[in-house]
Amino acid sequence: MKKILSKQNLADHDIELFIGLQLRFGVLLSSLIVLTGGLLYLLQSGSLALPHYQLFIGEKAGLKTGREIWNGVTAIKARGIIQLGVVVLIATPILRIFFSLIGFIIEKDRLYVGITLVVLSVMMFSIFGGLKV
Amino acid sequence: MTILTFTLLLLAGAYLAGLVGSLTGLGGGVVIIPLLTLVFHVDIRYAIGAALLASIANSSGAASAYVKEGITNIRLGMFLEIATTIGAVVGALIAVYTPTNTIAILFGSILLFSAAMTLRKKNQGALLVGSNFANKLKLNNSYPTTNGEVSYRLKNVGAGFSIMTIAGVFSGLLGIGSGALKVLAMDSTMHIPFKVSTTTSNFMIGVTAAASAVVYLQRGYMEAGIAFPVVLGVLCGAFTGSKLLPKMDARVLKYIFCTAIAFVAVEMIYNGYNHKF
Repeated sequence: MKKILSKQNLADHDIELFIGLQLRFGVLLSSLIVLTGGLLYLLQSGSLALPHYQLFIGEKAGLKTGREIWNGVTAIKARGIIQLGVVVLIATPILRIFFSLIGFIIEKDRLYVGITLVVLSVMMFSIFGGLKV
Repeated sequence: MTILTFTLLLLAGAYLAGLVGSLTGLGGGVVIIPLLTLVFHVDIRYAIGAALLASIANSSGAASAYVKEGITNIRLGMFLEIATTIGAVVGALIAVYTPTNTIAILFGSILLFSAAMTLRKKNQGALLVGSNFANKLKLNNSYPTTNGEVSYRLKNVGAGFSIMTIAGVFSGLLGIGSGALKVLAMDSTMHIPFKVSTTTSNFMIGVTAAASAVVYLQRGYMEAGIAFPVVLGVLCGAFTGSKLLPKMDARVLKYIFCTAIAFVAVEMIYNGYNHKF
C-alpha cells in the first residue's frame, strides 16, 4: 500500500498539515488581539451608554482603512486594536490561498497553480478594486 | 443599556449561536444576524458585517481540524472557490443597491431553505464512475472512513460550479457562509459523499466570506464594539460544539433547532415585508 503512494500524495499531505496549522494559528492570533482590544475597550468605556447601533453610520465612523486602523493601534486605542484583530481574521483564509499556491508550485501542478492564481486575483480585485461604493 | 451589559449579553448569545451552529451544521453566522437584528435591534448592515466575521472564524477554526484528517478535498475546494469568490464580490456589489428590507426577506428565505436542507437525507455512497471533466480537473479523490480509505468520483461539475456561484452571491449579499447551498451543489448535484462535501464546504466558507468581508470592512460594516463579543463568543461556542458533537446524538437537537429557525425566518420575512429594517 505504502509503495503506491506517489510523491504527489506525500506532498499533498504535507501541505494539508501546514494549511491546518496556518488556519489554526491565524484564528488564535486574531482572537487574542480581539480579546486584548476588547478588554481595553471595556475598561475604558464599559460604563458608557451603548452607541446607537440601530442607526447605520458606516464609513463616517472611521476604522475602515489600513491607515486608520494602524493609527488606532499605535495610539493604543481599544477599538483600533479590535479592528486589527478583525483584519488578521479576514487575512487568515486569504493567506491560506497563498500557501496553497506555493504547495501547487512545489508539486508542479500547473493546472492548479492557474486555478489558484484566478482565485487570488479575484481576491486582490476585491481588496484593491475600489468596490466600496 | 451600557456597553458592558450589551457586550456580556451579546457574548452569551454569540456563544450559544456558535454552539448550536456547530452542533447542527448550520454555522454560527446564520444565527448571529437574527440575534443582532431581532433581539438587539442592531442595524442589519452591522449584523451582516459581524456574521461574516463569525463565518470566517468558524470556518477557519473547524477547517484546521478536518484538513489535517485528510477528509477535505483541497483541489475541489480551490476549483469551486473561483465560483464562490466571484459570486461573493458580485453579491457585495449588489448589496449597495438592495434595500435592507429586501435583504431581510432574502435572508429569511435562505434560512428556511437551510433548515430544510439540514433535515434532508444525506448522500453517503461514493460514486464509482465520474465524468470526464472531473477527471481532467483531478477532482476525484479518496477519504478516510472507519473501513479504510474510500475513493469517490464526481459528475455534473458544470452544474455544481453554477450553484456555487449563486451560493457566493448570497454569501456576499447576506453575509452568511451559505453552507446549505454549497452542500446542495456538492452533495446532491456532484454526488460527493456527505462527509467530504460538508468539510470541503466548510473549508471554502472562510475564503468566500473573506472575498466580501474586505469590501464590507471598507464600507464600515465591521463595528469593533459588535465584532469583539461576536467573534470571541462564536469561536468559543463552536469549539465547545466540536468537543460535544462526538459524544452526543444531535438529531433531536437538529429537529428542535430547525423548527425554531423556521419561526425566526418567518419573523425576518414578516418584518422585512413591513419595512421594519
